[in-house]
Amino acid sequence: MSSKQNREAVIDPLLNNNPIAVQVLGICSALAVTTKLETALVMSLAVIVVVSLSNLAVSTIRNYIPSSIRIIVQLTIIASLVIITDQVLKAYVFDVSKQLSVFVGLIITNCIVMGRAEAYAMANPPLASLLDGVGNGLGYSLLLVIVGAVRELFGAGQLMGVTILPLVRDGGWYPANGLMVLSPAAFFLIGLAIWVIRTMKPELVESE
Amino acid sequence: MLEHYLSLLTKATFVENMALAFFLGMCSFLAVSKKVETAIGLGAAVVFVLTVTCPMNALIYHYALREGALTWAGMPETNLSFLNFLVFIGTIAAAVQIVEMTLDKFLPALHAALGVFLPLIAVNCAILGSSLFMVERDYNIGESLVFGFGSGLGFMLAVVALAAIREKMRYSDVPAGLRGLGITFIVTGLMALGFQAFAGIQL
Amino acid sequence: MFFFAGAVCLVCSIFVASSAVALKPKQDANKIVDRQKKVLSVAGLIRAGEDLGPDVVAERFEENIVTKVINLDTGEYVDDVDPATYDMRRAAIDPATSVAAPAGNPAKVLRIPNHALVYHVMRDGAVDNLILPMHGKGLWSTLYGFLAVESDAQTVSGIVFYEHAETPGLGGEVDNPRWRSSWKGRKVYGEDGQPKISVIKGPAGSASSDPFRVDGLSGATITSRGVSYLVQFWMGDDGFKPYLDRFTAQGGA
Repeated sequence: MSSKQNREAVIDPLLNNNPIAVQVLGICSALAVTTKLETALVMSLAVIVVVSLSNLAVSTIRNYIPSSIRIIVQLTIIASLVIITDQVLKAYVFDVSKQLSVFVGLIITNCIVMGRAEAYAMANPPLASLLDGVGNGLGYSLLLVIVGAVRELFGAGQLMGVTILPLVRDGGWYPANGLMVLSPAAFFLIGLAIWVIRTMKPELVESE
Repeated sequence: MLEHYLSLLTKATFVENMALAFFLGMCSFLAVSKKVETAIGLGAAVVFVLTVTCPMNALIYHYALREGALTWAGMPETNLSFLNFLVFIGTIAAAVQIVEMTLDKFLPALHAALGVFLPLIAVNCAILGSSLFMVERDYNIGESLVFGFGSGLGFMLAVVALAAIREKMRYSDVPAGLRGLGITFIVTGLMALGFQAFAGIQL
Repeated sequence: MFFFAGAVCLVCSIFVASSAVALKPKQDANKIVDRQKKVLSVAGLIRAGEDLGPDVVAERFEENIVTKVINLDTGEYVDDVDPATYDMRRAAIDPATSVAAPAGNPAKVLRIPNHALVYHVMRDGAVDNLILPMHGKGLWSTLYGFLAVESDAQTVSGIVFYEHAETPGLGGEVDNPRWRSSWKGRKVYGEDGQPKISVIKGPAGSASSDPFRVDGLSGATITSRGVSYLVQFWMGDDGFKPYLDRFTAQGGA
């Protein structure tokens, strides 16, 4: 496998084949933590780690997995990785892990992780699978981080907790946009992001 | 007491709607909301599975996993709560399988209606999510039964409503880039906005 | 096939168990430091924006704070319970160590533990501030926090909530330092000796001219009301009032 292909395995899922915008996978467990950039970043990191390591593990043993129990084997590997990630978060970034609450656990049922293990790692060598996992994790993070940044900036006038737009109630000039901190804003932003991506890539437009 | 359960049910169904307030179960929510008929099937399956798995996981959590849960077995110091994720997902997968086989044998009509959706929802985040919420909010077994049922009902309500909107939307002229997925997200956002109105309810 | 499944389970379980066991001490330490940090911040011993390492937090807590266990019913100190390990929340679940709260109390507290933790903030050998843990329902969630009062058990010196899931930007503004500082100097008890302090809708006057009212959180009527109820509940007869009465009667000890 040439390095060009490796690069494509990472870059392709970022825009051309972004897992959220194109494959509609794994939107579930992450949107609730996008009210702030910091939680969105930590969540992204957790997803990248889990999806790339699970791809690596599944791909390494892919030739030995009996096909009748492959789903349960994948699920066991993923669940173990998620538990370890959760334990590490609780130990090293306690404040953020409190805010992520149940949503770290929900990475287990994140369709991206399962989807990549089944669709890519089962048929490709370990290195390529690892990179595919990193790429898909990054593609997922890209949207998550954009949504998180927009919601925090316009909803609270801050980024990473640092004030960018001074709020009226703190004596500044920016009236906080209350909608941004509520859940509907995440849906609107994802909808708009899909619109932008599909306008740039007209071949992705769905015919209905 | 009844009032407490009633308020929990309302909260789980409307205020803290799994799909619209917590974004859980989105994959199947978006994929199976093109037709009202299939949406009802999926919704019914979710209600069914949640009502079974949530109290079941609560039982396991309270008598085996939580800190001090093994006191009855003479191990009061043991804390197995780090196994929550693994055990819950296992229970859910097993429960779904058992439910499917039971339905197939005894209620074939219901199985035909729900059949295709049952395996699909084993990995639906709404199912695992409500078990994890049960732990985080420390619901007892009765509460988790009510909570599971309410969450399922809320999911069903949301997915059927979205399907109904999408059926009507076939006649509208949506901008090319928004067609399909994009507009569905915007519509879901508007629905979520509507559901915010339930937030002020006090029982 | 069985051999393979067994091997996968074995490998996974080794990883999971070892991570859980290896990281447990650190997680437990985090929980304690987290709580100590909140106590210090409500006591005004951590300045805004100050980021302390766990060692500094533990040291500063050790230097300034004395933790006591009290009997909520009688208000007396309890000696046979270790304050370092006593967990109020767990005690409140167990019927053996708690009593049911009066039905229909507006703070929606379900059970009251028999014993409670009280933190004394010491200055020059005397109690300067009392920090009292409290909780109650907001809009979405139960708010857990601390109220600090001066040694007259009447003047509020601070409030902090360390756990809640209120709407960010609306009810979540209970975390806003500006709103929290508006509590400082307010009075808790009215002339009849019952808690009178409440969070109103809209802005309140200054602490000296309008001592029993606190600014409402805009757009968060129910959270504001919840905070009023929970402060009134825990400062009332079912909460810390018996203890505070004894405390003031004995001249602050």
